[in-house]
Amino acid sequence: MLAFIIRRIAQSLFVMVAVALIAFLMFRFVGDPVNQMVGIDTPQEEVARLRESLGLNDPAIVQFGRFVWDVLHFNFGVSYQFRLPVTQLLAERAPATLELALTAAIFALIVGVIMGVYCALNRDSWLARVFQAVSLVGVSLPTFLIGILLIYLFAVILGWLPSNGRGQVVKIGEWWTTGFFTASGLKALILPAITLGLFQMTLIMRLVRAEMMEVMRTDYIKFAKARGLRTRSIHFGHALKNTLIPVITIAGLQLGSIIAFAIITETVFNWPGMGILFLKAVQNVDIPIMAAYLMLIGFLFVIINLAVDLAYGLVDPRLRVAMRA
Amino acid sequence: MPHPTPEEVKGLVGGGSSGLVTRLLDSDVFASFRSSKLTMLAAFIVLLMFFGAAFAPWIAPFDPFDPAKVFLSDASIPPRWQAAGDPRFIFGTDDQGRDLYSAILYGLRVSLIVGGLGVLLAAAIGITLGLVAGYVGGRVDALIMRVADVQLTFPAILIALLIDGVVHSLWKGVSREESAIPVLVISIGLSFWVQYARTIRGSTLVEKNKDYVAAARLVGIPTPVIMLRHVLPNVIGPVLVILTINLGLAIITEATLSFLGVGLPPTQPSLGTLISIGNQYLFSGDWWIVAFPGATLAVLVLAVNLLGDWLRDALNPKLR
Repeated sequence: MLAFIIRRIAQSLFVMVAVALIAFLMFRFVGDPVNQMVGIDTPQEEVARLRESLGLNDPAIVQFGRFVWDVLHFNFGVSYQFRLPVTQLLAERAPATLELALTAAIFALIVGVIMGVYCALNRDSWLARVFQAVSLVGVSLPTFLIGILLIYLFAVILGWLPSNGRGQVVKIGEWWTTGFFTASGLKALILPAITLGLFQMTLIMRLVRAEMMEVMRTDYIKFAKARGLRTRSIHFGHALKNTLIPVITIAGLQLGSIIAFAIITETVFNWPGMGILFLKAVQNVDIPIMAAYLMLIGFLFVIINLAVDLAYGLVDPRLRVAMRA
Repeated sequence: MPHPTPEEVKGLVGGGSSGLVTRLLDSDVFASFRSSKLTMLAAFIVLLMFFGAAFAPWIAPFDPFDPAKVFLSDASIPPRWQAAGDPRFIFGTDDQGRDLYSAILYGLRVSLIVGGLGVLLAAAIGITLGLVAGYVGGRVDALIMRVADVQLTFPAILIALLIDGVVHSLWKGVSREESAIPVLVISIGLSFWVQYARTIRGSTLVEKNKDYVAAARLVGIPTPVIMLRHVLPNVIGPVLVILTINLGLAIITEATLSFLGVGLPPTQPSLGTLISIGNQYLFSGDWWIVAFPGATLAVLVLAVNLLGDWLRDALNPKLR
């Protein structure tokens, strides 16, 4: 088990170093950082002095080392567009994205599990068929189209929910802003969260349905039935419990892609998060923001992957044996 | 998304090309195709859309990109069956007076070209790297597969966005009109190669230990020839399934990038660009500008996905 943990952490470190290398290469070679800082009429000696003072004449490996050192101190440089530290820009927008992603993930998990269990237990009912059809459409429709459809239905025609922004936000502590405590904030959250979570919801629904149908065929469920336990206790106490481990794994792994896919949802709903910031950076070749966002998403993915793998080993004794072998 | 392992799909590979049509008509695959009405409908829709895209210049009633034939006075006319509709424009017109039906046909053309070329590029990269990794092994294998692992950490759309930004900044002198399609194809190609590489590597590892490879080696055939002429035909089978499934994903990726404003420009719209344009007019009540391109995209992707799902099941010997 210890060997597995060490190997797994080493792998994670390797991934992070690779991501840092890509970010560094972008930083250094795509769009010269000095050109972004000086004007056209800056004298040549000034440019050379700046180049020297930034350490751009040092060997690449030294520069990479310095880059990693800066990253470890949350120093991602200054945005070319805004002339502000990237860390500050990201921190300002992080709460919006994280609240949206978290709400979407919880929505996907709860609704997905309920629909999946229903489909597995009532395989031939018409409602189960409707759910199945919805899941196929949910996988096929691009995220932005779902968002547009929801906006047209609930904002344009019915006028029930707002179509853009976060509504009113409340400040907590130094820099965290939240929309959880105001009515308009909560209302603004509904449509984006559904849009963002729909794909993951269909994924979880399909998974729960397949796992549950498999578990319902096993001997211990037959035995539980033979013991005369109540149906509800069999379904939820015995069957569902055993399907939840893989579901939580997948849901955990999907959290990272929810944050990445928030780029699209944030654009559709004009949600002031990190995704829009990244998109603007791509359009304007603002390399520091692109590099920082890449590192951030990479870090999240690696941490989530690592946590899920380690938790899996702790929860499932069979895997622990397999790991030792 | 579950994909067939090489072992699962290996049954269908092998044999020459003699009497391909008769073999196809006699095959289990064709029988399973005829037994599923939904699959036939999906195939029909996909064929129809390919046809419409291929012959767009002849089918479309207007050339939406000819400034001499587009009039601003025709802007935002609703579809024909509505009270304010104009019989010349079946699906109405967009904000600049372009016939929406014609624009969709041309947009479909761009979307399918970008999606198709992107998937082919991804397959070419993936097959080459997978073959090399599996056959050569050792450090080369470790390096390629580690790169694949790192890339799998990120969603394809994020990688496509990054590549798009980087390539555009490296090609500074080139205008967006000229560079949009190549950049999108490169982005999609580099975002989707991992799956091909993993599949091909897996089956290459099995094939390279077989007697026919050893025989070829003993005769003294050079390694690249063995890889291309002997191993490749025996491992290429599963690629067809991945190609079909990835085509839907690639079309969505292109549409998403265009919608986000980093894909095709409004002067050369794909379905995603058309949707992005229409989205701006949603609140003024001009629903048709976004609805018809959106529906076309949704139906296309759904049909391609249905076809991919069917192909995966039909070629899976375990389910027969």
